[in-house]
Amino acid sequence: MNLIETKGVHHAYETPMGPLPVLAGLDLAIPESSFCAVVGPSGCGKSTLTRLIAGLLIPDEGEVWLDGAQVKSPRKTVGMAFQNPVLLEWRTILENVILPLEIVAPGMPRKQRVDRAMELLDMVGLTGFENKRPSELSGGMRQRASLCRSIVHKPRVLIMDEPFGALDAFTREDLWQTMRDLRAAEPFTGVLITHDLRESVFLGDQVVVLSDRPARTQHVLDVTLPADRTLDILYTPEAGEMLHELRDQIRIAQNRNEAA
Amino acid sequence: MNTLKKVGVPIVSIVIFLLFWEGLVWINDWPKYKMAAPSDLPDAFWKFRWLFLEMGWQTLWRTVIGLVLAVLVGGALGMIMGLSQIFRGALYPLLVGFNAIPKATLVPVIALIFIGQHDFNTVLMAVMISFFPIAVSVSIGLSTLEPEYRDILRALGASRFTIFRKIALPKTLPEFFGALKVSVTLAFIGTNLVEIVSPHGRGLGALFKSGEINGNYPLMFAVLIALAILGIVLYYLVVIFEKIFAGWAERPQT
Ligand SMILES: Nc1ncnc2c1ncn2[C@@H]1O[C@H](COP(=O)(O)OP(=O)(O)OP(=O)(O)O)[C@@H](O)[C@H]1O
Ligand SMILES: [Mg+2]
Repeated sequence: MNLIETKGVHHAYETPMGPLPVLAGLDLAIPESSFCAVVGPSGCGKSTLTRLIAGLLIPDEGEVWLDGAQVKSPRKTVGMAFQNPVLLEWRTILENVILPLEIVAPGMPRKQRVDRAMELLDMVGLTGFENKRPSELSGGMRQRASLCRSIVHKPRVLIMDEPFGALDAFTREDLWQTMRDLRAAEPFTGVLITHDLRESVFLGDQVVVLSDRPARTQHVLDVTLPADRTLDILYTPEAGEMLHELRDQIRIAQNRNEAA
Repeated sequence: MNTLKKVGVPIVSIVIFLLFWEGLVWINDWPKYKMAAPSDLPDAFWKFRWLFLEMGWQTLWRTVIGLVLAVLVGGALGMIMGLSQIFRGALYPLLVGFNAIPKATLVPVIALIFIGQHDFNTVLMAVMISFFPIAVSVSIGLSTLEPEYRDILRALGASRFTIFRKIALPKTLPEFFGALKVSVTLAFIGTNLVEIVSPHGRGLGALFKSGEINGNYPLMFAVLIALAILGIVLYYLVVIFEKIFAGWAERPQT
């Protein structure tokens, strides 16, 4: 069964120059506990897509389904992570991670909250940093903390908008592995927006290529790699073929732009 | 070593300042009715010590109450303007216009409206002169909140009030305290303005005026110094509150 589904989603923003169509016929089908990586030209509407799935935005046309119900407003079973870790400077790392629990589970005992947060911080290698302020951490560590916060309340769906986009190449690869380990330990279904094709193949079970704005689903690639991937797998011929296929699709998406 | 630096540097700078002042009076050979020297001040303080205590207290409580009200009024206006674009458009020009009016011109106006209400008038002036920076800083802090900060809670279905309490409000605190430090000084100007100008005023401003009427220059300068001391005390009180509530905004010094 598909946990996330979008059917013929159309959306336009109101701008001073009139409506700006951003999504035009976007279809996604993401099975439970799988990972869907979304790539597409810059500015094509990827962030808009994440806001639609999260229920922060209602599409002009078409439907967004989540866990068997049509999305009409935000819901507690969703976690979000952004390119910018958006940690609250006045809270320690631990208190930052706990934040969603204060909203989603106001009655949860303090000790249970702390235990849950510490468990996640341990998984991403931040044990010992729980009492530090965000400004005392490196960019990669902040993004790890942000990931912990986005899944601390055990969401059914994790929506990530280029979470590793601002990191250097080595830190990014580190975090890919962290993400893979988190996936193995926590049961969530993921939507990962990215502009890194290798990232999409390493983390995704399917990769969706969006066309240029207004975006529609241009191509869907099923990633046929084993689940327990290591970074080396990116250098196998199978992965190379997929990367080529994606590269070609991106080129098509961009060409359409030049022609128009 | 560090605390020595922290306490020592300001003390040394104050001593140098007093020496410079004393030297200036001495070199120019100014008589007491032209310019008092720091060495004249202890006498003046001692002679009028009870008046200083009483008037100082008057000025202090009025200023503090004025500040508290300015925080409430300025904070409320700032929140309204920060959260609603319509109110921002409506109130901003009014506030800027009001703030541009020299407050001295308002003294006779409020004195006529609230005849004889010296305490009330003094506090009112302190509020009117000091709420503006607070209103502006709070409104800017709230209206420039990055959407992503809102979204991390909105995506969980949190109410607007929860988002305000957990994110917007704490995030605005450093700007609020920055403005409050400016407002402290302004509030003193407000109280003293009314105290000096009112015919039967009380407080340090009134003491200053009586010094002027009696040609007692050392007393006048002593009042100024007393005001400076009160200002410093209140300012550092705000700094302490800032450390407690918004200390996280302080970058570690390098
Ligand atoms: N609130 C808004 N009002 C008007 N236009 C908007 C709004 N948000 C986004 N847009 C426009 O919609 C288009 C798609 O934006 P979106 O952020 O979804 O793209 P994106 O694919 O995430 O871009 P990027 O690759 O740069 O992250 C852009 O042209 C953007 O300028
Ligand atoms: Mg984006």
